[in-house]
Amino acid sequence: MKHVLKIFSLLVAISGLWIGLLQASIIPRSHTWLLPIYFIVSLGCYGLLMVGVGLMGFPTCPQEALLLQQDIAEAKYFLKQRGVDVDSE
Amino acid sequence: MEQKKEKNKYSVIVPTYNERLNIALIVYLIFKHLRDVDFEIIVVDDGSPDGTQEVVKQLQKLYGEDRILLRPRPKKLGLGTAYIHGLKHASGNFVVIMDADLSHHPKYLPSFIKKQLETGASIVTGTRYVKGGGVHGWNLMRKLTSRGANVLAQTLLWPGVSDLTGSFRLYRKSVLEDVISSCVSKGYVFQMEMIVRASRKGYHIEEVPITFVDRVFGSSKLGGSEIVEYLKGLAYLLVTT
Repeated sequence: MKHVLKIFSLLVAISGLWIGLLQASIIPRSHTWLLPIYFIVSLGCYGLLMVGVGLMGFPTCPQEALLLQQDIAEAKYFLKQRGVDVDSE
Repeated sequence: MEQKKEKNKYSVIVPTYNERLNIALIVYLIFKHLRDVDFEIIVVDDGSPDGTQEVVKQLQKLYGEDRILLRPRPKKLGLGTAYIHGLKHASGNFVVIMDADLSHHPKYLPSFIKKQLETGASIVTGTRYVKGGGVHGWNLMRKLTSRGANVLAQTLLWPGVSDLTGSFRLYRKSVLEDVISSCVSKGYVFQMEMIVRASRKGYHIEEVPITFVDRVFGSSKLGGSEIVEYLKGLAYLLVTT
């Protein structure tokens, strides 16, 4: 099944549940009518939260840049001795 | 499949364009970090005018023409076809693809290989977004777009891997051949398409942490057109996978 259909059927299932709730009137209708808005808002909040959490804990590696410079120097030294042209422009 | 499990051979495919210095550095670092492994490096050069191919020929003299294969193409023909081109000449049963600009460090190759041997995975993909991984040289805007794009893709595609656009990966050769033939995207959407299609086909995918160092600060900036391309790629994958 194409992935968009999976998401679509999930949405259909949620709508079905919602319509069921509307019919059954377990909770007051005025509340049930607002549920889709709550759903969309919470989806947005989830997205923003995930971006925020990801941004705060974004792994960085400044030490790797230094190690790389050392590796580059080592490689240049080795290759130059063996006749490989490593003089950059 | 293979005669013996221990007799794995790894073909490292490195597409280049104007990387005369970097290709020398990366070859040295691959040989330094892959000591007890049977491997070959396949350089797919798209007709670089800066003499990348001459440097590769010098490296062939130093390390051997059987270890470093130069398989050039006449002009820039795109990343996806570069892998297909390199793949045709690969003699290993595993293929590693990595960038030539040293944002992917060869010191992680042993952990890819180890992970594959431990888990028997068909694909091992490098991820920047877990402990032990990371990026360097990205400004806040770049991080923000990266996170946003990732959350969007995770929410919509459920791919099962944490880093979709990373391109430092190890594939079982037959799996790469299978997946690459059904991929049509370009640029980094191509990397995303590869891993999503592989995941949909049910291949066993494992992850290892890698670090990603942007040496030229801000060189991998994302403009509006890239974002549009990315969103189009997402939509394309939603309806085709």
